[in-house]
Amino acid sequence: MANGNALLDARDVTIRFGGLTAVSHFNLGIQPHELVGLIGPNGAGKTTVFNMLTGVYKPTEGQIFVGGVSTHDFKPYQITALGMARTFQNIRLFKELSVLDNVKIGGHIHYKYSAAAAVLKTNRFHEAEEAAEHDAIELLKIFGLENRAGYYAKNLPYGDQRRLEIARALSAQPKLLLLDEPAAGLNDRETRDLLQTIRDIHKRFDIAILVIEHNMELVMELCERIVVLNFGKTIAQGTPGQVRENPVVIEAYLGEPAEAAGI
Amino acid sequence: MTKSLPWWLRDLLWLALFVAVLVGLAYGLDAIPIVGMAYYNRILVLMGINITLAVSLNIINGHAGQFSLGHAGFMAVGAYFSAYLTFYHFAPRLDKMPAGTEQWLMQNVFLVIAVLCGGLLAALAGYLVGLPSLRLRGDYLAIVTLGFGEIIRVFILNIDKIGAARGFSGIPHWGNFFWVFLVCGLAIVISWRLVQSSVGRAFLAVREDQVAAEAMGIDTTRYKVKAFVIGSFLAGVAGGLYAHYTMYLNPQTFMFVKSFEVVAMVVLGGLGSISGSVVAAVILTFLPEGLRSVKDYMPGGRDPRMVIYSIMLIVLMLTRPQGLFGRRELWQVFGRKKKRDQSEAPPVQ
Repeated sequence: MANGNALLDARDVTIRFGGLTAVSHFNLGIQPHELVGLIGPNGAGKTTVFNMLTGVYKPTEGQIFVGGVSTHDFKPYQITALGMARTFQNIRLFKELSVLDNVKIGGHIHYKYSAAAAVLKTNRFHEAEEAAEHDAIELLKIFGLENRAGYYAKNLPYGDQRRLEIARALSAQPKLLLLDEPAAGLNDRETRDLLQTIRDIHKRFDIAILVIEHNMELVMELCERIVVLNFGKTIAQGTPGQVRENPVVIEAYLGEPAEAAGI
Repeated sequence: MTKSLPWWLRDLLWLALFVAVLVGLAYGLDAIPIVGMAYYNRILVLMGINITLAVSLNIINGHAGQFSLGHAGFMAVGAYFSAYLTFYHFAPRLDKMPAGTEQWLMQNVFLVIAVLCGGLLAALAGYLVGLPSLRLRGDYLAIVTLGFGEIIRVFILNIDKIGAARGFSGIPHWGNFFWVFLVCGLAIVISWRLVQSSVGRAFLAVREDQVAAEAMGIDTTRYKVKAFVIGSFLAGVAGGLYAHYTMYLNPQTFMFVKSFEVVAMVVLGGLGSISGSVVAAVILTFLPEGLRSVKDYMPGGRDPRMVIYSIMLIVLMLTRPQGLFGRRELWQVFGRKKKRDQSEAPPVQ
């Protein structure tokens, strides 16, 4: 069995695509309320790890436990129900739906009922809809989006779309939130704001957060613990300070030192 | 009156009101003394059936975003199965009863049972077709459903008991204005309430982005199949009423052309817009009829009806490719002129 109270426990996870080993012997445990960063240069296997955690890919070897349950035969939607929600690197909002509906759909697992209840508008329908509406508005307020609840998601500015995506993921009331390159495409000021937002929700919702980024600075400033991937292998792990000083990490990001390369 | 009453009583009251209005309309229409009233009545009934078909297909194509071209197939299943039940089981039983109120009552009870059974079998067919849609998307699904519709037709063509290629005749004339528009109204309400619910939001999420929907905990497979089952059930019911109104079924009626006709209504109205489907169904039912008289002004009495009809469709699609109302509803489109719709307004920065 998995480590008792770990929210996420990836053990010796390996995935191969044909002959290519994209990620090998990856280990990661996340405890409640931790803020963990997963970094690595382009092509290091960050997104592949992410896709395995969320159930898009099945690991060739090894096991992943979410809340103590092995997710090997789970589909992505079942993993979400275990208390893990995610955002996407290239924003995947429901563009033609309102901001409010986006957040409501995020909470689908908590407010669903049968089609018959929907058609007959039973008491269950009214209760669930009121709760969904109330919770969605509350979330939008936290993100300062309540005035735009009626907008189409596609009409929001880019930075707000990012925030809406986080709001939508939080609407599932997860214990663990996975953020896939949340700062991609944001300018410095927006990145600052985002940093603050992530800190706020980390405190307010008392959840664990795993951030995947290749923006070193953001992760260094935000996370308590950092895992560094390169070529599918974990090359370093530790506090931001430790990782920053680690020669292997510096090499991965900046290339080999001049003398070692024989120049 | 709506909040204080329990949900079932509130709905029953509305239903009673709706039934009363329909009964009144049905008698009123019969009483209008125009020559050819029977003809207008018939068009009206066919319009009601078309609205039901368009609204039901809109659930599958417009809301859940699963492009189906097999709607005529589902309609055929409902039509033939309900006609079979009536012709072989209910009508003989009814004939043995003495004429009178009781017989009239039983006739309508039998009609409801037959039509519901037809709808249920169509729903089963919808379930079976919905299953491959787990794997297929877009064009591929369209082709599978198109093939499915044809399979149903060919299947029917080879069952002698329901008339095969001769067509199924002798179905009693039990369907009428009242039943067709009752079903039509219910279909619209069902579809509207669904789209306002968590089920409908799940449909829309699947349409917008399947990967994101799955990540939000939505069992996309389940909701796709659900959309197919609900849509094909309503199509089957519409088919059952069609059978009991026209009294004759022919496999030719349920060719893929019929499916395209319904798809045209949904696309013309705007994919995902319920009121759009209704308006487009009304237009596309009346248009060919209204164009009948054009022939009188043509040299040599040629009939350019279908040419005009097609040109109008093309022009409409060129000028409004998103359909009449886009993804919005009638009132949202017209309300916008007075008070700009928030969801359309550019974001204020």
